[in-house]
Amino acid sequence: MTARIGVVTFPGSLDDRDARRAVRRAGAEPVELWHDDASLHGVDGVVLPGGFSYGDYLRCGAIARFAPVMRQIIEAAGRGLPVLGICNGFQILCEAHLLPGALARNAGLHFVTRDVTIRIENDTSAWTRQYRAGQHIRVVLKSGEGAYMADPQTLASIEANGQVLARYASGNPNGSQRDIAGVISEAGNVAGLMPHPEHAIDELTGPSADGIGFFASVLQAVAIR
Amino acid sequence: MPRFVVDVMLKPEIHDPQGEAIAGACRRLGFGQVAGVRQGKRFEIELTEPASAERIGELAAELLANPVIEEFTVHPG
Repeated sequence: MTARIGVVTFPGSLDDRDARRAVRRAGAEPVELWHDDASLHGVDGVVLPGGFSYGDYLRCGAIARFAPVMRQIIEAAGRGLPVLGICNGFQILCEAHLLPGALARNAGLHFVTRDVTIRIENDTSAWTRQYRAGQHIRVVLKSGEGAYMADPQTLASIEANGQVLARYASGNPNGSQRDIAGVISEAGNVAGLMPHPEHAIDELTGPSADGIGFFASVLQAVAIR
Repeated sequence: MPRFVVDVMLKPEIHDPQGEAIAGACRRLGFGQVAGVRQGKRFEIELTEPASAERIGELAAELLANPVIEEFTVHPG
């Protein structure tokens, strides 16, 4: 049976279409989820895409966190449902306390749009098992509030637990602590990533096809779940 | 109408690049004595009936501030 991966559209989401395309390219069936949905329609995994949900009012992700669909996602994530937040989706997962830390304004104040190389640090998670630890992949970064921040105790514990998913490996573009580009929950099913793997699934339109591994990984994780 | 004011600031140890940019602009304007600026947010909350400052603090911790990087103070408006 084909895995069904939901992609949530919030008012102000931008990258839901590319996320659905990446899900389809990886061999799964993308399912459109709406921010106001009271059900996840039985999906096997969820992607929270990039964009500017609710206009980024208050703080990035702060309003989206209280969307009806998020109530379902928080509950399902607690039961092990794979969830990937990309860019704004990462901010939403931090605001929802599904991931440790927070994303703050880029150190240089500029909105950074560039191709970056990141190093995969954890290759056992639901979203990265098709990579190998230490592998470098080329993806797109486009964010204004992408500086990963956490207090020293949290940083020490996520390092010790292997919860750093990926680090920037071509210079630190935004002031993220310890060059962190993505983190994962303690249980390994909820992941957040600032750069965009869904824009890097095709060499014709992206910097590489490296990003497809996130979507192929979750297919594998769902199959054995 | 009962009112509260909630001030939200980045924690002192969190880098505030916006505040630094504002401090730079102050000095370029001739305010050379400006040593630093930290930027925050002020929320003016109007209530239909009285509430305790503790209750408004719960609202601030849940929604108005992100306690991972921000701190807040609640004052009667």
